[in-house]
Amino acid sequence: MLAIENLHKSFPTPQGPLPVLQGVDLRLARGSSLALMGESGSGKSTLLHLVAGLDRADSGRILIDDVALDGRSEASLAQWRREGIGLVFQQYNLISSLDVGLNLTFQARLAGRYDPHWAAYLAQRLGLAGLLARYPEHLSGGQQQRVAIGRALAGRPAWLLADEPTGSLDEASSDEVLNLLLQLVAEAGSGVLMVTHSPRLAARLQQRCYLQAGCVRHEQG
Amino acid sequence: MRLLSLALMALLSHWRRHRVQCLSIFTGLWLATALWTGVQALNSQARSDYARASAVLAGPLQAQLLPRTGERFDQGLYVQLRRLGWAVSPVLEGRLRLPGEPAHSVRLIGIEPLSLSPASSIAGVQLQAFDLQAFIGTPGQAWVGPDTLRQLSANPAQRARDSEGQLLPPLVLQPALAPGVMVVDIGHAQALLHASGQLSRLLLAGAPGPLPADIAPFLELQTQQDDGGLQRLTDSFHLNLTALGLLAFIVGLFIAHAAIGLALEQRRGLIRNLRASGISLKTLLYALLLELGLFAVLGGLAGVASGYALAAWLLPDVAASLRGLYGAQVAGTLSLPAWWWLLGVLVSVFGALLAGLGSVMRAARLPLLALAQPQAWRLAQGPWLRRQALIAGLLLLLALGCGVFGASLPSAFAMLAGLLLAAALLLPGMLDRVLAWLARRCQRPLAQWFVADSRQQLPALSLALMALLLALAASVGVGSMTEGFRKTFVGWLGQRLSADLYVTPRDTAQGLQIVEWLEQQPAASVVLPGWRVDIQLQGWPVQVQGIVDHSVYRTRWPLLEQQPHAWQRLARGQAVMLSEQLARRLKLQLGDNLKLPANTSPALPVVGIYADYGNPKGHVLANAGWLRENWPQATLTGLSVDLAAERVPALKVALQRHFALDDSRVVEQARLKRWSTDVFNRTFAATAALNSLTLGVAGVALFINLLTLGQSRLGQLAPLWALGVRRMQLVWLGLGQTLMLSSLTVLMAIPLGLLLAWCLVAVVNVQAFGWRLPLYVFPVQLLQLAMLGLFTSLLASAWPLWQLARRQPRELLRPFADEA
Repeated sequence: MLAIENLHKSFPTPQGPLPVLQGVDLRLARGSSLALMGESGSGKSTLLHLVAGLDRADSGRILIDDVALDGRSEASLAQWRREGIGLVFQQYNLISSLDVGLNLTFQARLAGRYDPHWAAYLAQRLGLAGLLARYPEHLSGGQQQRVAIGRALAGRPAWLLADEPTGSLDEASSDEVLNLLLQLVAEAGSGVLMVTHSPRLAARLQQRCYLQAGCVRHEQG
Repeated sequence: MRLLSLALMALLSHWRRHRVQCLSIFTGLWLATALWTGVQALNSQARSDYARASAVLAGPLQAQLLPRTGERFDQGLYVQLRRLGWAVSPVLEGRLRLPGEPAHSVRLIGIEPLSLSPASSIAGVQLQAFDLQAFIGTPGQAWVGPDTLRQLSANPAQRARDSEGQLLPPLVLQPALAPGVMVVDIGHAQALLHASGQLSRLLLAGAPGPLPADIAPFLELQTQQDDGGLQRLTDSFHLNLTALGLLAFIVGLFIAHAAIGLALEQRRGLIRNLRASGISLKTLLYALLLELGLFAVLGGLAGVASGYALAAWLLPDVAASLRGLYGAQVAGTLSLPAWWWLLGVLVSVFGALLAGLGSVMRAARLPLLALAQPQAWRLAQGPWLRRQALIAGLLLLLALGCGVFGASLPSAFAMLAGLLLAAALLLPGMLDRVLAWLARRCQRPLAQWFVADSRQQLPALSLALMALLLALAASVGVGSMTEGFRKTFVGWLGQRLSADLYVTPRDTAQGLQIVEWLEQQPAASVVLPGWRVDIQLQGWPVQVQGIVDHSVYRTRWPLLEQQPHAWQRLARGQAVMLSEQLARRLKLQLGDNLKLPANTSPALPVVGIYADYGNPKGHVLANAGWLRENWPQATLTGLSVDLAAERVPALKVALQRHFALDDSRVVEQARLKRWSTDVFNRTFAATAALNSLTLGVAGVALFINLLTLGQSRLGQLAPLWALGVRRMQLVWLGLGQTLMLSSLTVLMAIPLGLLLAWCLVAVVNVQAFGWRLPLYVFPVQLLQLAMLGLFTSLLASAWPLWQLARRQPRELLRPFADEA
């Protein structure tokens, strides 16, 4: 279970602190999926970063199976990112010096969860089997996003956190990539927290919530 | 014009956000100009002083008359010529010893202003402006330059004393007079030099006719003024400095080149937008060139200022080297005109064009729609590496050609340059190969990333690594050569200076009296008088030393090569021995005959060749009896005395008291060795300093590269952090990458440096000084230099990595953040 309780976060600006999250509460069961929506600047990505342990909240708590994420050391947060979650970003953020094959398995091997059969299955399902020796920049946007999804799921993480995973793709590619993502997530048994602007994509997930004025407004799917 | 200024403004706006890059271009040009200008200032100052020294007596002097044998001739010949209507003016020259530790001397020039041509000038003073009464009267005047005045620690009008206590005429400051020169009336000179009735040369005004028959056997006509061959003798020294300066210049340009290239890569978008906005390619190129010119002028001005400081700092060491090695007097302070320094800015402009023109031209041909991708850059590097390897191959062939067929110092340096540049060009390719090999052997994900990412960084770091390779190889090469020379020199000095006391008599008569006196002293076990005559062989100044037959020479005078019974044949006056440099210059080998320019002397076979380090003149060893027979004017220049160590002080005091000799004329072995070693150490002080500076510049190149790269590497490191690699782990990995690349560079620099050392001792030294040294390898020194190289790169990577370690998570999030 992922539980977020009364989470606050602000950013310093020359004009003083800018509050972005002002008491966010959220719960998500393992294996289920939630779309996090809201206008630009509403704090969707910030919330995702806090859950991923990429940033720290000012106050409030994030609990993973009743264990708090806040107050953990950097090493512990790194371990959480390595072993507990899979991350997918809008800009893919692949490792440019490694080829597709190594990118795909990088995090799983880092976490000591490398399963060659699962990796080969992912590559095949994602249509990357013939591209494993290529470097990221030789792939199209859609192909790069598939590599990012494969990398995130190769270690079968408990949670997949995705930030506008299809934001750089056209509608057709976007649907195709999301279909794949949801199928593979179901096969891996991971829960999904996805930031998106698109109501159409959000509709494909089990739950949806809106961030507005720093607080969450739920909408049941 | 409006479009040009708009384009320029847009281009310059880039530097507001990329200050480090801006600093790197400026630093590159600044350091390159500073080191080059500094070294050239040293050379120019020295050369201008040689010119001033040789032009003490300037005027319509077409020729001069010199003695056919020896250094001086009888004044009667001058009187005879004047009576015959010859417009000649007498000059007496000699070295006047001055008190001090160690003893030093000035070149005393005695002139006779009354007989000089009216259009003559002395040290820039026209004859008409002379106060003749004061100059030739009593007590007369002793003209000196500012540097000599400082050396004497005296003030104008003061009367100094020489080492024998003789009172000099009152000192008069002549600003244009060369350092180490003193001009007096010829009468005073004859008294001070104990050369009554003797002259060194006669200056001739007007076209000379044939010499009268009774004078011709004694004097000969020389059509050019003799500068003592200083320009020629010191050429190799200055060429060495120039080579080091050039190396530092190239290393500095590497920095600028790397930064300019990177700035272009980062401004592709801007250039595309400018062109899309209607700015023509020509206008854009002008703007880029103007921007480059701005950098060049700023870097040049800073470089010239620093070059001045560098030259002023190194000048005392260089002056001491030149004095010790060649007896050349160079001022201890810089006095080059302002325009000379401004020329340094042109050097910077030239450097900027060299470093940046390629990038500007690339901008002209840029496929503007192509995006800059790091991996694409690496892959595009493939053909470039192959081209570099081809150029390196050609350079190696050139180096080989120069090594095999070249027989001059420029060809030796061309060989070194070819070798170094080829190695530098091959470095990125070799590193790429090594990393590719390593990549195949890595299994763990972080290790795979570590190697792959290092490989990806190579194109951006290769210039800095090439600079490090060059600087380290130069350090290893020059260090091995210097240490090897020191080892050889100290061993050689230990053998050659093994007598306990060295005596320099005032003249031959006194020398003979000293020999006689010493032979009566029971304390002195061996007394060896040395006779000398100075001659010229194939236009080269040569000292012929005559020695008596004694067994100690067999141990004291180490021979590099010898024929059987060499010493016995020398003792019989049937053979000569030569210094290594003279043998090379005259292309003589053992068994060849040498004809010395004496009327009666037959050609003698060469039976031995010996090292004579530090002597710029040629040296011939002959039997003393034979020498005096053929050159009656040969002088007894020195005596070496062997005696028990505890008796040295007493004998020295007795000698000084009995013959009124000062400390500079009676020297113990230890003191002489100390002076010689001091000269040696100072000789290489400037070289060592320039070497360290070059290594420092390479360190700066690496630092700036890593810093610039550090800014753009956030995008490469952030995904790893997001995937669960800790920040400190990333810092350590980054450090490891720098250390791995620099270690590989160091590993390649060591054999290259040793090869360079071999070239220096076996090729460059032979061409420059005429002697060949054995090549020694000093493992501890190599280890120290390797550690220094690694430390330099560690230092260079410390700041960028420290910044990474201190980065807030918020900054690392930037590559992922689409909203705040």
